[in-house]
Amino acid sequence: MAVKKFVVGNFDDEAVLFPAVKKVRRAGYKIHDVFTPFPIHGLDHAMGLRDTSLHTAGFIYGITGTTTAVSFITWALTIDWQLNFGGKPFFSLPAWIPITFELTVLFAAVGMVLTFCYLCQLAPFVKKDHFNPRSTDDTFVMALECTEKTNEAEALSFLQSLGAKDVKVDYKETGWWLGRYDKDTKRFEKKAEAVH
Amino acid sequence: MALLRYESQVRPPLVDGNKDYHQVTEDICRPVEAKPSRLWWMGFLISVALLIFGIVSVTMEVIYGTGQWNLNKTIGWGWDITNFVWWVGIGHAGTLISAILLLFRQGWRTGVNRAAEAMTIFAVMCAGQFPIWHMGRVWNAFFVLPYANTRGPLWVNFNSPLLWDVFAISTYFTVSLLFWYSGLLPDLATLRDRAKEKWRKAFYGVAAFGWTGSTKHWQRHEALSLVLAGLSTPLVLSVHTIVSFDFATSVVPGWHTTIFPPYFVAGAIFSGFAMVQTLLLVTRKVLALEDYITIEHIEVMNKVIVLTGSIVGIAYLTELFMAWYSHVDYEWFAFKENRLSLSSPYGWSYWLMMGCNVLSPQIFWFRKMRRNLLVTFFMSILVNIGMWFERFVIIVTSVYRDYLPSAWSTYYTPTIWEVGFYMGTFGLFFTCYFLFSKFFPVIALAEIKHILKRSGENYKEKMDEVEGESTDEFGNKHGHDHGA
Repeated sequence: MAVKKFVVGNFDDEAVLFPAVKKVRRAGYKIHDVFTPFPIHGLDHAMGLRDTSLHTAGFIYGITGTTTAVSFITWALTIDWQLNFGGKPFFSLPAWIPITFELTVLFAAVGMVLTFCYLCQLAPFVKKDHFNPRSTDDTFVMALECTEKTNEAEALSFLQSLGAKDVKVDYKETGWWLGRYDKDTKRFEKKAEAVH
Repeated sequence: MALLRYESQVRPPLVDGNKDYHQVTEDICRPVEAKPSRLWWMGFLISVALLIFGIVSVTMEVIYGTGQWNLNKTIGWGWDITNFVWWVGIGHAGTLISAILLLFRQGWRTGVNRAAEAMTIFAVMCAGQFPIWHMGRVWNAFFVLPYANTRGPLWVNFNSPLLWDVFAISTYFTVSLLFWYSGLLPDLATLRDRAKEKWRKAFYGVAAFGWTGSTKHWQRHEALSLVLAGLSTPLVLSVHTIVSFDFATSVVPGWHTTIFPPYFVAGAIFSGFAMVQTLLLVTRKVLALEDYITIEHIEVMNKVIVLTGSIVGIAYLTELFMAWYSHVDYEWFAFKENRLSLSSPYGWSYWLMMGCNVLSPQIFWFRKMRRNLLVTFFMSILVNIGMWFERFVIIVTSVYRDYLPSAWSTYYTPTIWEVGFYMGTFGLFFTCYFLFSKFFPVIALAEIKHILKRSGENYKEKMDEVEGESTDEFGNKHGHDHGA
């Protein structure tokens, strides 16, 4: 990934942030991301993000689990080694429903969590550049990506006029790298490599 | 004014005091960031001591075999399986709070869900110990897994409820852990970003997985929580249903009952809520979190206790009635002679169960009692004792007298190693809980912030003026702009 230049606005109230997001978009700025301490319902739509397909992934993992359970138990008990349990049929599907259900849930849950971590690049020892450490406390941080056409001064004052408490221009790495938060493991020099 | 999320004044606030977002962070992170108190150390060391006692007891059992326990013919399941069912049941309240109440959109769950979920995980860890060590030759425990073996391969019996249990409990543990930890990520990130010491930055940095709070991540996080809640809800019902199948699918009088699944699930939630009360009453006091785990939370949980306790009571009476009405001699004997009769060896345990689980929770029909912390604490202990005896009654009174009087067993009392094993799981449970309360936020930070402006005391006061407005006025003033 690359180091990019951003205009950053810090808000202290989501009620101010919400209309600001809409106005910023209408003004034609490109919102890189908004960092919030808690989920704000509707903010994803206001930012124009598409809905997540994580549910669909979960469904697919779930039916994978169902199929795995049914096909494996069927193979084991009717083909590989037939066992007579009290004279019941070898293919005794009703007795397999509990395990089928459990595996459906297990596959769906594990699959979804792994997919979630993959999509959001979350894992132990993953390090990312943060715009403001208080964005996990009480500050709502809006980052606008600067392109060649962006007039930074204008963007800064625009954010201020929308109610941002603290605005600045900042260079941030947008990807992730392996590292720890107690050591400075930055792989880049802030401005030297900056891409405009 | 804040972005308006209107909630009726009829609902009491869920967060007391004059809080803003930063204050919430401060309050909940304080116990984690402060030095552990003397009380914490005392509790922790006692737990570790119990855990060591448990490890010694289990070691004795592994070296000398299950003969170290007073199990006999016909009591093959004694304290160990009683404890197993008891611990699994306790776990269920955590999932109920975190998953079922999320689907039902119960705002009050936010104050207690994190601790309750942690309780679930630790309780299931304790529960799992019992069937595993009960196997005797524990080094062969992996035989329960359907792996390709050199004995055929002779597969495990997929038609057996005991195998269903293996799948149910391990799935339950895994899903609960994932649900709990994915919910913790944002809060761990908060601790990481506040950390001053080097070790804290490293520890929470690793633990928070690099969470940033990006809107897209939150969107996925919300979707994940919702689906996991949707999966956990039938899962939790299935787990105790399957545990009840361990009994119900047998032909032992007293076990062979179709009412077991709903009865066990209600009982599980009942005992689990009692344990949540025990833990949270202490937690809120010791960590000074009374503003977040308010008396309202306690009262609501007491309502759940009286409801589920009454369901359990009806189940007891139904199975009693059915035993009589069925005209099955063995079934009726099990109930009349082995349980109801006070002159029978274990009659006392049946009445102890009745008293603790059915009669005593009825006190919670009174609002004053529901809001009395001392009464609640006492009741929570009583219910847990009662629910332990429910499992004891089900197991021991059903099997100690076989069909033939010549096969009736002698009176069963546990040995010190059986008691030690049980005490050891208390040690495990509380050691984990103490560590959790020291290193993790016991209240879901982000979720509290999410409901703060709707249910915080200081925000609710601002709603007074809104109460007087007509619908049109309200719409004009607060309806948000959907863009041109």
